[in-house]
Amino acid sequence: MSELLQFLVSGITVGAIYAAIALGFTLIYNASGVVNFAQGEFVVIGGMTAAALIGAGVPVWIAAPLAVIAGMLVGVLLYRLAIRPAREAPLVSLIIITIGASIFLRGAMQAVFDKQIHRYDGFSGDAPLRVGGATILPQSLWIIGGSIAVFAFLAWFLNRTRAGRGIRATASNRMAAALVGINTGRAMNLSFALSAAIGALAGVLATPVTFTSYDVGVLMALKGFSATMLGGVGSPLGALAGGLLIGLIEAMTAGYISSDYKDASAFVVILLVLFLRPQGLFGARITERV
Amino acid sequence: MMAGQRPTTSAAPADTGRHAYLQNKVTRRRAIGPGLRTFLIFAVLVGLGALIFPSSYFYRVGTLVWINTLAVTGIVVLLGYVGLVSLGHAGFFAIGAYATAILPNYGVPSPLAMLSGVLLAGLLALVVGRPILKLSGYYLAIATLGLGMLIWMVLSKEAWLTGGPDGMTVSGMNARNLFKMVGLNLKSAEAWYWVAGFTAAIGAAIAVNLAGSPSGRSLRAIHDSDVAARSLGIDVARAKSRAFVISALYAAVAGGLLALANGYITPETGGFMHSVEMVTMAVLGGATSVFGALVGALILTALPQVLTVFADYEHMLLGGIMVVTMIAMRRGLVPFIADLWTRRKS
Repeated sequence: MSELLQFLVSGITVGAIYAAIALGFTLIYNASGVVNFAQGEFVVIGGMTAAALIGAGVPVWIAAPLAVIAGMLVGVLLYRLAIRPAREAPLVSLIIITIGASIFLRGAMQAVFDKQIHRYDGFSGDAPLRVGGATILPQSLWIIGGSIAVFAFLAWFLNRTRAGRGIRATASNRMAAALVGINTGRAMNLSFALSAAIGALAGVLATPVTFTSYDVGVLMALKGFSATMLGGVGSPLGALAGGLLIGLIEAMTAGYISSDYKDASAFVVILLVLFLRPQGLFGARITERV
Repeated sequence: MMAGQRPTTSAAPADTGRHAYLQNKVTRRRAIGPGLRTFLIFAVLVGLGALIFPSSYFYRVGTLVWINTLAVTGIVVLLGYVGLVSLGHAGFFAIGAYATAILPNYGVPSPLAMLSGVLLAGLLALVVGRPILKLSGYYLAIATLGLGMLIWMVLSKEAWLTGGPDGMTVSGMNARNLFKMVGLNLKSAEAWYWVAGFTAAIGAAIAVNLAGSPSGRSLRAIHDSDVAARSLGIDVARAKSRAFVISALYAAVAGGLLALANGYITPETGGFMHSVEMVTMAVLGGATSVFGALVGALILTALPQVLTVFADYEHMLLGGIMVVTMIAMRRGLVPFIADLWTRRKS
């Protein structure tokens, strides 16, 4: 029983990370229709930047926001330098561009930082708390709290603020949005910036628990994809639920089947979703605009 | 009106006009078909390489170029003809390679081992591709990314079978013996060079012939528009999955050849970066033609040999090439240069 509880705790922790990645991914997809394969790199940028700053003696409460800002800058640069110049490009070119950007960022991180695995101390120390029969790291609470905060912020931002509604209008019809006076260019910039910031934040929060290195971005992106697809592409609530589910499935696989193949569970979920229910749990039926 | 039925008489004059034009085209067709022509061009290039190579080292790099060309030709069929991206083709490559490496340890002769690897890769592509290819193009990229990682994971973890992360040696046939049978005494590096080059030439010829065949034309129709192709009566999902299977076969043959020529393989042959490399080669050279595959494979195989800094900045270079090519010359080097050439002549 306490074993199961322990798996649940670790599943929800990593699930919250995947949920944050999936939320960032959903934001860009909704605003631009681009499936951003570089989403995982934002997580790495956040984690690696924070690790480097903290390693250099910067206090964590300064390093963390700086790392998020660094991620945000890269997000805007990605949009301006790679996505916007190719805006009229067919789908396949956009896929290749975001993959290329992801590989480029991975290499840039290797050059700027190093090839080592990094971590730093949890924000509230590393002494585990006992809950029932299981233990939980204080950092796990930070991660779970962070993901909930991101979800709440996005819900508020997209529904209640002018800028957020601009993003939604741009998402549903760019030309109509531009015609009623919405600055669609700014909406796109903003959605890339926000999405990257969310990814970087996930990296900053997760690194004390999951560690980070220059090459984990693809794996992170893939977990984020699985979460998004399980929840239903385009649905923020789906991203949250999908992320948690993927985390739980992964933790149960590691606990009860084989820790060697815990990463495989996410891919198996992707394949099963694609085979059985392509629209995901919360997604609307997929319709194609011609 | 049923498909294929002739239009009504009112359209007849225009119709004869079009037929006259077609006839004109037919009479002006060259004496040898496009597939054979491609094969001959490739064969000449293979021979040219052999003429100028001073050492075994060059032959080994040359062998790698032809093996990569073969694998990238499969990407050309998928990406260039149909417009689909696979991020897991290294997985199929590795299935070909590992089958060729593993099965001889259980008494299966090398050619048969390679054949079973190729069939296994094709079967896997069929099973996985069919349901996914009913959906939008993004899903194949994501699903193949996952599939490729899954294959890589199995290869690295099942050490009892694959030797794990350290890889395994490949015992079995040597191409030298093939040439000995006809009385030619070649070094082993030379022999593999000829075998790889010959296979790449056949692969290119098949791909070129495929492009001109009815099923190749339906693939290109899909490339332009799924919906338009469907309204022409093309079974889109089926045509796409056929292209996916064909491209997986190419990758697996290339993988089997690499295993035999190298005598050693590691799970990295099935790794994500290898998949990315293949796509980059196709994108750089020009994914619409087999010559693009050759140019891309040549550049990205030779470059790391010449530039030692390449290894340090490999990721940045590959990623940068993909982004810049897609923005600045979307169709890749070969079509880009061909365009410049025709513009200068006119």
